[in-house]
Amino acid sequence: MALSEKATSPRLYLQAQTRWRPAEIVFWLATLLPYVLFPNYLSLASQIAIAGLFALSLDLILGYAGIVSLGHAAFFGVGAYTAGLLSKYDWGEPLTGLVAAAFAAGIVGYATSFVICRFRHLALIMLTLGFGLLLAELANTLGWLTGGMDGLQGIHTWKLLGYFRFDLYGRAAYSYALAVLFVLFLFARRLIHSPFGLSLRGIRENFVRMPAIGAPSRAHIRTIYTIAAALAGIAGALLAQTTETVSLDSLGFERSAEVVVMLVLGGTGRLYGGLVGAAIYMIARDQFSGIVPQYWYFWIGILLVGVVMFLPNGILGGLAKLSRWSRS
Amino acid sequence: MSGPALATRGLAKSFGSLVVARDIEIELPKGVRYALIGPNGAGKTTLINLITGMLQPGAGRIFLDDSDITALPPEQRVRRGLVRTYQINSLFPHLTALESVTLAVCERSRAARTWWRPLNAYPHEIDEAYDILAALKLGPVCHRLTRELAYGQQRLLEIALALATRPKVLLLDEPAAGVPREESNELFAAIAGLSSDITVLFIEHDMELVFRFATQVIVMVGGRVLLQGPPHEIAADPQVRAVYLGNAPAKGLQDKRQEPHRESRHD
Repeated sequence: MALSEKATSPRLYLQAQTRWRPAEIVFWLATLLPYVLFPNYLSLASQIAIAGLFALSLDLILGYAGIVSLGHAAFFGVGAYTAGLLSKYDWGEPLTGLVAAAFAAGIVGYATSFVICRFRHLALIMLTLGFGLLLAELANTLGWLTGGMDGLQGIHTWKLLGYFRFDLYGRAAYSYALAVLFVLFLFARRLIHSPFGLSLRGIRENFVRMPAIGAPSRAHIRTIYTIAAALAGIAGALLAQTTETVSLDSLGFERSAEVVVMLVLGGTGRLYGGLVGAAIYMIARDQFSGIVPQYWYFWIGILLVGVVMFLPNGILGGLAKLSRWSRS
Repeated sequence: MSGPALATRGLAKSFGSLVVARDIEIELPKGVRYALIGPNGAGKTTLINLITGMLQPGAGRIFLDDSDITALPPEQRVRRGLVRTYQINSLFPHLTALESVTLAVCERSRAARTWWRPLNAYPHEIDEAYDILAALKLGPVCHRLTRELAYGQQRLLEIALALATRPKVLLLDEPAAGVPREESNELFAAIAGLSSDITVLFIEHDMELVFRFATQVIVMVGGRVLLQGPPHEIAADPQVRAVYLGNAPAKGLQDKRQEPHRESRHD
């Protein structure tokens, strides 16, 4: 508490919160390890990066603004189909595909945000779930467009920047997904350290108090919901482009639930929670389903129950506690 | 601009057959310190909820600086300078005191809309927040999480949040509720020290504090305004003694302070 004594400290203190910590630098350096240590698992690594981006987008609304969503896959799916369809109809350029996906998902997010911002808690969970199911059913019905149950076929992603081919080993895929994840992570990090980010935390901490300090909470929620939707859409587009296929489960309920699980495992409201959670979830699934496929959910169930019971703030929350404890 | 800072005309509200406010007409001149007193369930908090827009009135109008604000949502009333605090702490438990007040300052200055620039690009907002905390003697604990602050400090933070919005009219719902007597004196001294541009209305059960800090008193009973006037008139009024003070004023009031306040809250 030495900080609290200095009169000049307020600015410095808030500044210090935005500074890069060593653990963060280590984390991002570690994302390069798969190239060296697991060159055969780069496809998995790219899936992890994509799932991590998806979880990050959920963290912005769930972890920061307290908006619990069980339908976040809707935006992932819209992004995936947008990029997939663009590519199918002869525009396989990946970066513009991402932009288009972000726009499409952002528009859907913006449209639904007007309803979302009026509700909290259980009603919100049911609403997001409902929207998700509606969209999944819509994609199923529009078989002529989406390919229905068979999935969207005929996607061909062009070379990245006109030079890097998406190879079988996932080298380009991982580099691409990781680079996009990193850039959008920087964006999210900047956002949560802005005055707007502070307002989001205010909404999470005490929704009913916000109007009493003159805060337009609903407008804030609409903004962050739209941004989160666009990011989820980019994650979906990445999956479509790197796997060159889009199936109905990209916007299904299971994917919505899965991303909540990843985020809760890693820890909400800390940006890295979704990334760590995605890595653990995807690696665990890869390993466990390799041993006894049908028991995969058994193990993830145990993991989830264990984390929620013993590490209520997720794995990162537990680690943070441990480091505080060891320092004192 | 010589009209009252805040006025209500025929304000009424009922829940089903329960009338919680009837025909309330008050006028608060600029810069005055008003106390709102009355037994529990008299509708004092309800009146604050009505004035601030947390509740919609069944009838009547509310004027702030002579403009009708009856239809405005709560946050826009705050923007126009009509601000309240809560009887039960309603804070941001996991934000530090400084973060909480900075948040309120940023909402007022509209910096809260920007998500592309970091918070430390707004040093004026941070400094203003710190100055508000320092003025309320919260400077040394400004980096503590709200939930780790002592109760009395949390009560002060309630007021700091309100001040950050630069109020013209400040409605304080039992600012000293649950605060030990010696601290409540300090807290009221802080309220008395507020700029004289701010019109203050506070709910308070402790008559000693009311007499010391209020220039005018409004007495509510059963959802209506029974009486208003300067403290010495109120204290002498037989009607007030009968409904509010009971027969042994000094003691009766002391007891009142200790009771848990069960007034209904509708926010």
